[in-house]
Amino acid sequence: MIGKLFRYNGGLKLPENKEQTTHRPIQPASVPPRLIIPVQQHIGTPAEPLVKVGDTVLKGQMIAKGNGLISAPVHASSSGIVVDIGEYPVPHPSGLTATCVVIEPDGLETMADHLPPIHDVTQYTPEEIRERIHQAGIVGLGGAGFPSHVKLAPKHQHMVEILLLNGAECEPYITCDDMLMRERPEEILKGMLIMRYALMAKRCIIGIEDNKPLAAKALREAITRLKLDDVEVIEVPSLYPNGGEKQLIRVITGIEIPANRLPIDYRIVCQNVGTAYAVARAIHHGEPLISRIITVTGAVGSPCNLEVPFGILASELISQCAGTMDHIDRIIMGGPMMGFALPNADVPVVKTTNCLLALNDNILPLPHKNRALPCIRCGSCATACPVNLLPQQLYWYARAKDFDKIQDYRLFDCIECGCCEYVCPSQIPLVQYFRFAKGQIWEQEREKKKSDIARERHEFRQHRIEREKEEKAARHKAKAAAVAEDTSGSDEKKAAIQAALERVKAKQSAPEPTDGNTEQS
Amino acid sequence: MQLYTPSSPHIHSGSSVSQLMHRVLLALIPGYVMYVALFGWGVVANLMIAVLTAYACETLMLLLRKRPLAPFLSDHSALVTASLLAISLPPLAPWWIVVIGIAFAIIIAKHLYGGLGYNPFNPAMVGYVVLLVSFPRELTTWAGPQEINNVSIGIADAIHISIFGTLGSGAGIDTVTMATPLDHLKTEISRGQSISDIIPASPIFGNLGGNGWEWISLAFLAGGLWLLYKKVIQWYIPVSMLTALVLISTVFHLIDPERYADPVFHLVTGATILGAFFIATDPITASTTEKGRLIYGAGIGILVYIIRTWGGYPDGVAFGVLLMNILAPTLDYYTQPRPYGERKG
Repeated sequence: MIGKLFRYNGGLKLPENKEQTTHRPIQPASVPPRLIIPVQQHIGTPAEPLVKVGDTVLKGQMIAKGNGLISAPVHASSSGIVVDIGEYPVPHPSGLTATCVVIEPDGLETMADHLPPIHDVTQYTPEEIRERIHQAGIVGLGGAGFPSHVKLAPKHQHMVEILLLNGAECEPYITCDDMLMRERPEEILKGMLIMRYALMAKRCIIGIEDNKPLAAKALREAITRLKLDDVEVIEVPSLYPNGGEKQLIRVITGIEIPANRLPIDYRIVCQNVGTAYAVARAIHHGEPLISRIITVTGAVGSPCNLEVPFGILASELISQCAGTMDHIDRIIMGGPMMGFALPNADVPVVKTTNCLLALNDNILPLPHKNRALPCIRCGSCATACPVNLLPQQLYWYARAKDFDKIQDYRLFDCIECGCCEYVCPSQIPLVQYFRFAKGQIWEQEREKKKSDIARERHEFRQHRIEREKEEKAARHKAKAAAVAEDTSGSDEKKAAIQAALERVKAKQSAPEPTDGNTEQS
Repeated sequence: MQLYTPSSPHIHSGSSVSQLMHRVLLALIPGYVMYVALFGWGVVANLMIAVLTAYACETLMLLLRKRPLAPFLSDHSALVTASLLAISLPPLAPWWIVVIGIAFAIIIAKHLYGGLGYNPFNPAMVGYVVLLVSFPRELTTWAGPQEINNVSIGIADAIHISIFGTLGSGAGIDTVTMATPLDHLKTEISRGQSISDIIPASPIFGNLGGNGWEWISLAFLAGGLWLLYKKVIQWYIPVSMLTALVLISTVFHLIDPERYADPVFHLVTGATILGAFFIATDPITASTTEKGRLIYGAGIGILVYIIRTWGGYPDGVAFGVLLMNILAPTLDYYTQPRPYGERKG
C-alpha cells in the first residue's frame, strides 16, 4: 500500500469550472444526417479505408484497417451508406484536411456482427487480448491517442510493476472522466483487470484528484462489490497538471521520469480511465471503439457530458447542447490550458476529443496576446513550472532566436502545460514562443538532414569524378607507355606493322577497326 | 462566423505588472505614515516632487523612444521608483536634489538601458548613489526626530524647505537637522569611542537602534510581510539578506561589542528593512533562480555590513544592491534548477 504522496515543484490551483457539467447524467448525442469519420484518429500511420463510396456499412463495422505496428483501425459509428471518401477538415490547430469516410446514417443503428465476447481473459494469451484491443480500434483516450495495444505490450513478461489508471482530470471545465467514473465504475475496473492481464502487472492503482469525491466513492464501492482487494484508489491533491502522466506517477510513486524516458522504463504503465472502459467494452462485449464521453461546456445553454459517436461535427454538438454559433467566438478542443482553438466549427469529434469548450467574451475575454509588457524577471513562471525550467530564460532565447542556448536551457523538456503563461504578470505568450522555437529547431534539423544528404551526394559525385579522372589518367599513361614501347620496338615489328597497314589500305572496303582510343578523345 | 484561434493556454490568472507595482505602493504606505509621524512632512514634499519628475521623464523618454504611452505609463513602475527614491533621500533635501536623482534614475538607469524589464541596475538606487557621490553634503543632512527637536514640520514647512532651504518661519534648517544614527555611530567609533559610551549619550538612539528609525523599520516590515503574503515578492531575498546581516554582525559583536554594534541595531537602523523587502526584491535587477536569490540576498547583507562598518559611507544598502546587480546574470547562469527527473549531484 502506498501511504504518503509526493510532490513536484510548481503546479497551479486553477478555478475548476467543473460543476456546470456534473449535475446531469451522461446523455446520448443524437446522430446527425452525416458522420465524417477521419481514418486517422490516433498517433501513428493513418488507417487504410476498407470501404468504397456507395457501400452499406453497419454500426461497428471496420471501415479502415490499421496500417503497420503503430496504427489503429476505425469503425463505422452508425449504420448507413458511405457517400464519400475524401479530404475534409479535421480537428487541428491549423485547420488541416485529412482523409475521412463520410457516412449517411440510415437511422436504424443496425449492429455489425460483434467479435465474440470474452468473459474469462485467462483462457486467452496476453497477445490475443492485445490483438482484440487493436482490432477494436482502442487508443489512449486521455488526449494523446497512442494505440493502446502497443502500450500494453511490455518488452518482457512480468516486467511491469504498476498499472496506473489516470482519473486525475486536472484541466478546468473537463468532467468526462469524472462522470464516467461515477456512472460506470465497474466497467472501468473490469477494463483495468484486462489490461493488468495483458501487462502481467503486479499492482493496480487508480489516481483521482480530490475534487472528485463522488468518482472516488463510486470506484471504491465497485471495488468492494467486485471483491478486488488489490486495487487501490488514491486521491491526489487537485493541482494542475497532476493529470499529466509523469506528474501523476511522481505524486503517487515518488518516481521522477525525465523528459527522454518513458514510464515503462520504470516498470509503470499509465492508462486513462476512459481507455479502461473502452477495453472492457471491447473484450467483454465485443464492441469496437465507436463513441466516447465528451464534455460540452462554456457558452452553451445546457452544458453537459454527451456520449458521442465519432464523426459528429463540433458545431452540431454545440447546438445539441443549446448553444448557437452566433454567440461563440472561440471553440477550444480539450481543456483551457492545453487544448487548441478550432479554426472551423465544422470538424468532426474524434477518439481523442475529451471536451469542447465554447467561449465568448462574457465567459472568458479574448486574451490580448499582442499587448504583452516586457518581462520583469519576476520568476513567477519558474515557480509555477512543473518540470523545473526557467521559462523567462527560454523566452529570452526564443526571442533572440538563439536556438543553441535555448536547448541548453532544456526547451525540449517543456510539456507546454501553460502554467508559466497563466501566471505571467507581463502576460507574455510564453507557450507560443516555445512552440515557435521548437518548430524552428525541427525545421532546421530537417533542413540540415536534407543538406547533409545533398552534401554527401555531392561529395560522392566529386569523389567519383576524381576517381574516374585518375583512372583515365592511369589508362592514358598505360596506353602512352604501350605506344612508346611500340615505337621503340624492333624494325621487324615496324615492318610487320607497316605490312599490316598496307593490307588494311588495300582492303579499302573493310570497316575501320575501332579501338579504345576513340573513347578517350 | 469567424472563430478566433489564440494559442493555449486560454485562461490567465489576471495578474499584471501594474497590479504588482500597485501592491508595492500600497505596502509602502505604513512606512510613509510612520515617517511623517516621526520626522514631519519633509518626505511627502520629496514624494510629490519625485512623482511629478518621474512621470515627466517617463513620458519624455517614451515619446523619444517612440513607445506607446498608455501601457507603460499605467504600469506604475515609475511611481514605484519615485516612491523608493523619495523615501531614501533626506526629508529636508532641496527640490533639485530630488529632480536630479529621479531624472537620472528614469532617463539613464531605466530608459537608456531599454526601459521596463531591461535595466540591469535598480533605477532608484542608481539615482541615490549618483546623488550621494555628487552632493554628499545635501545627502547627509538629515532631519532629526520631531520629538527631539521639539519642532513639527508641517506640509507648508516641508515645501518651503524644499524650495528655499529654510523653515516657513525663516529659521535655517540646521535647527532641525542632525546626523543619522549610523553616521553618528561611525564617526564616534572612528574617534575611538566605545559603543556603550556613544549610545546612551545621544538622544538619536532609541531602545533598539536609531530613535524613530526602529518604528519606521517595523512599519516597512509590516508592508514587506504583506507583500510576501500577497506573493508579490518571495522570501528568498529578504530572508537571506537579513540572515547574512545578522550572522556577520553577531560574529563581530561577539568579538568586540564595544566596536561592533549588535545585530538588532543593524536590523532596525538605516535602510535595512526597506532594502530587504522593497529594494533588493526588485525582480528586474535581482537574480531569478531560487538558489541565485539566496546568494544574491546574502551578498547584499554582507556588503551592507562591510560598508557600514569599514566603508566610507554610513549605510550600504544602495551600494550593496548595485554591486549584487552586477552579479545577477552570472548567478542566474550558475544556479539553474535541477532538471525534472535528473538526479541530484
